[in-house]
Amino acid sequence: MSVMYTEVTTAMKGRTIRRHFRESIKSLGRNGWMTFASISAVTVTLLLVGVFTIIMMNLNKVADDIEKDVEIKVLIDIIADPAEAKAAEATLMEEIKNMPGVAEVVYSSKEQELDLLVDSYGEDLSLFEQSNPLNNVLYVKASEPQQTVDIAKKIEKFDNISEVKYGEEKVGKLFSFLNTSRNVGLVLILGLLFTAIFLISNTIRITIIARRDEIEIMKLVGATNSFVRIPFVIEGMWLGVLGSIVPMTVVSIVYANIFKIIEPKLNGELLQLLDVTPLLYQVNALILVMGILIGVWGSFMSVRKFLKV
Amino acid sequence: MIQMNNVVKKYPNGVVAANGISVDIKKGEFVYVVGPSGAGKSTFIKLMYREEKPTSGDVVIAGMNLSSLKNRQVPHLRRQLGVVFQDFKLLPRLNVYENIAFALEVIEENPKEIRKRVMEVLDLVGLKHKVRMFPNELSGGEQQRVSIARSIVNMPKVVIADEPTGNLDPETSWEIMNIFEEINARGTTIVMATHNREIVNTIRKRVIAIEGGLIVRDVYGGDYGYEG
Repeated sequence: MSVMYTEVTTAMKGRTIRRHFRESIKSLGRNGWMTFASISAVTVTLLLVGVFTIIMMNLNKVADDIEKDVEIKVLIDIIADPAEAKAAEATLMEEIKNMPGVAEVVYSSKEQELDLLVDSYGEDLSLFEQSNPLNNVLYVKASEPQQTVDIAKKIEKFDNISEVKYGEEKVGKLFSFLNTSRNVGLVLILGLLFTAIFLISNTIRITIIARRDEIEIMKLVGATNSFVRIPFVIEGMWLGVLGSIVPMTVVSIVYANIFKIIEPKLNGELLQLLDVTPLLYQVNALILVMGILIGVWGSFMSVRKFLKV
Repeated sequence: MIQMNNVVKKYPNGVVAANGISVDIKKGEFVYVVGPSGAGKSTFIKLMYREEKPTSGDVVIAGMNLSSLKNRQVPHLRRQLGVVFQDFKLLPRLNVYENIAFALEVIEENPKEIRKRVMEVLDLVGLKHKVRMFPNELSGGEQQRVSIARSIVNMPKVVIADEPTGNLDPETSWEIMNIFEEINARGTTIVMATHNREIVNTIRKRVIAIEGGLIVRDVYGGDYGYEG
């Protein structure tokens, strides 16, 4: 008798794959209520994932837009002697330009400033052209928006500065709001993810128990381990896929409508929503992939624990 | 075909079910395994299809050393064996044909071959006319015949039977024994644990008696040796 330690590793045949799919679908129906509970859990989880993702992506866009717009306005002291003033301004500009983290410095004379005011508030202000009360101004942009505050504080210490203005409060609050909501959302979603995975692994466990005899016979007649396991993993995948249908639909319809209603009202403003495409494609893909991952992971946990093959 | 060399099996609860068993069963033999309940018969049987792993010692079946066999190689061993149980272990939702074909489907045999072989073994066990019936429509003897058919449909070298007549009336038991003899006559090694003294004493074969995890008697053409 020849010694044969070969493993049974036949490549999976098409008919076997079809069999696995058939079995997995049959058992979805057989465990009706557990299937329903698992799919519901996945649905709730993914719905929140979808809504949260869309909100976060839009908030990030708003933050980006605002960040890009954040600049430091440096009001230069009024110096009587024009030559002296010019020299002082040139030094100041040079000093600021050489600071680390400064991307750009733009000079704007008090006449230009007044023009800006006249543009915004009307011709009435042109009275001031006779005796302009404004300062000459330097507009400074940081290369990293987060550095804005630091740079502004350093500039304040320079000579010949009358005032430094930046959207200090606005920027800080926006960043901390974004971080907080991101963290709260993540914790919420993690909790839901575990619930969904737990429910799926329970459903699969029930399937495994229901098919105990079948599994025993399969093992006795020499079915490979993967042959025994695969239908359960596919069943888990179905739970995930079925659970992602409602979230994908709801998220798509709701966002498309919100976009349709709100976008025209925001026209021309700084704040803008992300376009429906590609956002919804990305979010739907995320929902589907997460559904499949939740399902497969949930069933893996059960298969490993309850299926000693 | 089957060699055991000083096999010890100690269960986690401390029970020693095999306490140094050595045996050599040749190809084509028909062996009864007898002994009182709890003497280690079932363990002896389970060690052969690697339902249990020996604590120490070697079990070699059809050239495979089960002590060093990895879990993923077990399916290969099982395809060389047929196993028959007292309680038949048929799947109630499948009919006779499907129950037997199941054994070949899960090892991914091709459908033509499955059909041919299932009809062959159904012929051998005399159940061709009940091929579409479900287990609950069959008598105990018929169910056991289906389970025997399933055990031999993948053409194993060894059939291991754990009290195959334990749930059957005497007359039916004889029919089942005829089938086992027929299978044996075709060259398949048979190892059968049994409590049926009449069968052992009538159809004389090699008898291995196990008591307290040890082989206490091993006689060709021996008798049952215990009081009924």
